[in-house]
Amino acid sequence: MERVRRKYVLTGNYAAAYAALHSRVEVVAAYPITPQTTIVEKIDELISKGEYNTTMIRVESEHSAMAAAIGASAAGARAFTATASHGLFYMYENIWWAANSRLPVVASFVTRALAPPWNIWSDHQDVYALRDSGWILFLARNAQEVYDLIIQAFKIAEDDEVRLPVGVAHDAFIVSHTSEPVEMPMQDEIDSFLPPPEHIKPLLDPENPVSVGNLPTAEQHYMLRKNIWDCIIYSLSVIRRVGREYTELTGRNYGELIPAYKTEDAEYILVTSGAMGGDAEDAVDVLRDMGIRAGHLSIRLFRPFPHDELIDKVADSKAILVFNRGVSMGLGGVITADIRDSISKEALSIPVYDFIVGLGGVEVSKDDFIKAVHDLKTGKLDMKKTYYLMGGEYV
Amino acid sequence: MFRPAIVKRLGEEELFNPGHPACHGCGFSITLRHILKAAGKNTIFVVPAGCTSIVAGTMNKATFRVPFYHTPFAASAAVGSGIIEALERRGRDDVNVIVWAGDGATYDIGFAALSGAAERGHNILYICNDNEAYMNTGIQRSGGTPRGAWTTTTWEGKREAKKDLIRIMMSHNIPYIATATPAYPLDLYNKVKKALSIRGFKYLHVLNPCPPGWRIDTSLTIEVAKRAVLSGAWILLEYEDGRLRLNPPSNTMLEKRRVPLEDYLKIQGRFKHLFKPENKWLLEKLKNDIDEMWNWIKEMLAK
Amino acid sequence: MPEVMYPIAKPAPGSAGKTGYWRWQKPVIIREKCTRCGLCWIYCPDSAYELDEEGYPIVLYDWCKGCGICAHECPVDAIKMVDEYGEG
Repeated sequence: MERVRRKYVLTGNYAAAYAALHSRVEVVAAYPITPQTTIVEKIDELISKGEYNTTMIRVESEHSAMAAAIGASAAGARAFTATASHGLFYMYENIWWAANSRLPVVASFVTRALAPPWNIWSDHQDVYALRDSGWILFLARNAQEVYDLIIQAFKIAEDDEVRLPVGVAHDAFIVSHTSEPVEMPMQDEIDSFLPPPEHIKPLLDPENPVSVGNLPTAEQHYMLRKNIWDCIIYSLSVIRRVGREYTELTGRNYGELIPAYKTEDAEYILVTSGAMGGDAEDAVDVLRDMGIRAGHLSIRLFRPFPHDELIDKVADSKAILVFNRGVSMGLGGVITADIRDSISKEALSIPVYDFIVGLGGVEVSKDDFIKAVHDLKTGKLDMKKTYYLMGGEYV
Repeated sequence: MFRPAIVKRLGEEELFNPGHPACHGCGFSITLRHILKAAGKNTIFVVPAGCTSIVAGTMNKATFRVPFYHTPFAASAAVGSGIIEALERRGRDDVNVIVWAGDGATYDIGFAALSGAAERGHNILYICNDNEAYMNTGIQRSGGTPRGAWTTTTWEGKREAKKDLIRIMMSHNIPYIATATPAYPLDLYNKVKKALSIRGFKYLHVLNPCPPGWRIDTSLTIEVAKRAVLSGAWILLEYEDGRLRLNPPSNTMLEKRRVPLEDYLKIQGRFKHLFKPENKWLLEKLKNDIDEMWNWIKEMLAK
Repeated sequence: MPEVMYPIAKPAPGSAGKTGYWRWQKPVIIREKCTRCGLCWIYCPDSAYELDEEGYPIVLYDWCKGCGICAHECPVDAIKMVDEYGEG
């Protein structure tokens, strides 16, 4: 059925701004940082035009941006913030505070390398640092995914059985400042998908006074963290359900948490996250033209890690090649470790190869992926090694 | 039923539960009781790391009978901003937001957030619980520790002056600033009431004696707070619409009618070393700090 | 389906237990001297005072930590601090 839609040409950042406003977010607290700034600018511009009824708190730091979002959320408002890199690290303790307070804050993170030296380009080290906090974390591939995932993020975060903050990350400049066509549902469609914010239960309510965060026993603290585990594991089913509902609404496929490209019969599976997925799919096409059965998986949901879906999609492959835009120093690629964890839980014997690409904004091209598959096929790779692959060369 | 007028005024409902874990003779616990009496049930407390993080109680029993949100050390003013914006969106203009932060959280680690919230003019009452050091972690010096005071990080007495936060807050051009101590509870109560009746960002700075940190007997909390005021080391004042006003008894001290500063210092172990001959210079410098504050007050009142 | 656990506590007295056990001296009201001014009630850091019908103070010994502020501040010496456990 043909539906009337809004279709704009938007950067990833503008897509994030529209998504937050279309979600009828009530309070936005943010601080400028490249490459996030244009999200806040756009939100402010659209509010000042009178198009949206959203309160903007122009705070004096990222620490206060997350703090104000936490305060608004604790008082029952739908709250949003956006940041990147050092801004994310400056608000880091509040990231944990939001998760441990069980507040459904939604944030947009524009991935950017950490200094020194000063560098505004994309890698994923900043967002990987949130891995263990209790945030639900998505890595979007393009502006359309940024938009779609933020709308879904509010519904997931506010679910009564989840109540965890959700972050949607996208790559600096490659997504944040690159214009693409973005299709958006009409407001009434979004309103039918996402309930109005009044349903959010305020923690701070004079009619029902409680203290949030008083001293626990060690056992109480343990059980609170364990409850976040239970809820984030359960959230996989909520994320799938919300994704299916959103698919229903838009026709775009969000039933999958790890979108797959030509993996059904693939012997060699490339795993990426974020914007480089498009280049990986180009590489898959080239490799298939060469007669090599390659496929690609994009880790769109980073936490909770969609273990079952990953296993379903790699079980029949010969080898997995994981391309990480961030490294755990002294261990290896961050996502490689996740994939190896899943493989070992199932006692599978599929070899997993570890590549570090794109740090500090280095361009990742299809040639990198093609070279990696070629070297694997010709027996040149050692599974115990971490390969630093830049511009088609190991360095 | 008989009740003295002051009891009637303060009201007998306690929103600060007994059996809390504050130290014997805790000064700020007295202050909190009266703040809560003035603010009433429709109040949300926002509190960063500090003594009150403990005094607030456990996961089983909360000391405060109003909604209470613990925040990271530097975050309280910004969390307050978020809460008030959320309340305003829901039309809850009957609910007060009070940030209650120690001197460490106010003078030092949380200062940027305080300044930011004041500059934005958010409709909250920020109260500095000034006990003049990081008492909860074991008496380390803060920007609010007075010159000469012993702490566990200034063993020979702090060399630097107490940061003049009142004047810093005045330069933020906020509608209401006041000081208080628990020794003058009606003054404190009235200031909280007045602050909460004014829209915008309000700043109340309360000097709260701390028996373990100030090295005083637990029975002397109110005595030492009175002496702080009577010696002129602490000045009860209000600053409203650009006008400064002294409150009793500070308003009687303009013409040097102050008791000697030594009366205030000598009952406190933290100033004991100031009375050794080799530290006379430090005592003189501390006296000079206080005289200069009074000179500035006189100038302000003459305007 | 998990039930979300919030890190919240409901108000109740005694978050530190019966803090009366912290006490080694207890305040005793000398009713004959008391002028019912209310200062002991006002200056108590532990919410451990109540006033009876006639306005005389009642110490809540479950909670009173025995700091001695009330005795020190009483303008007519109507509160005596008495050792809780006797000599030695």
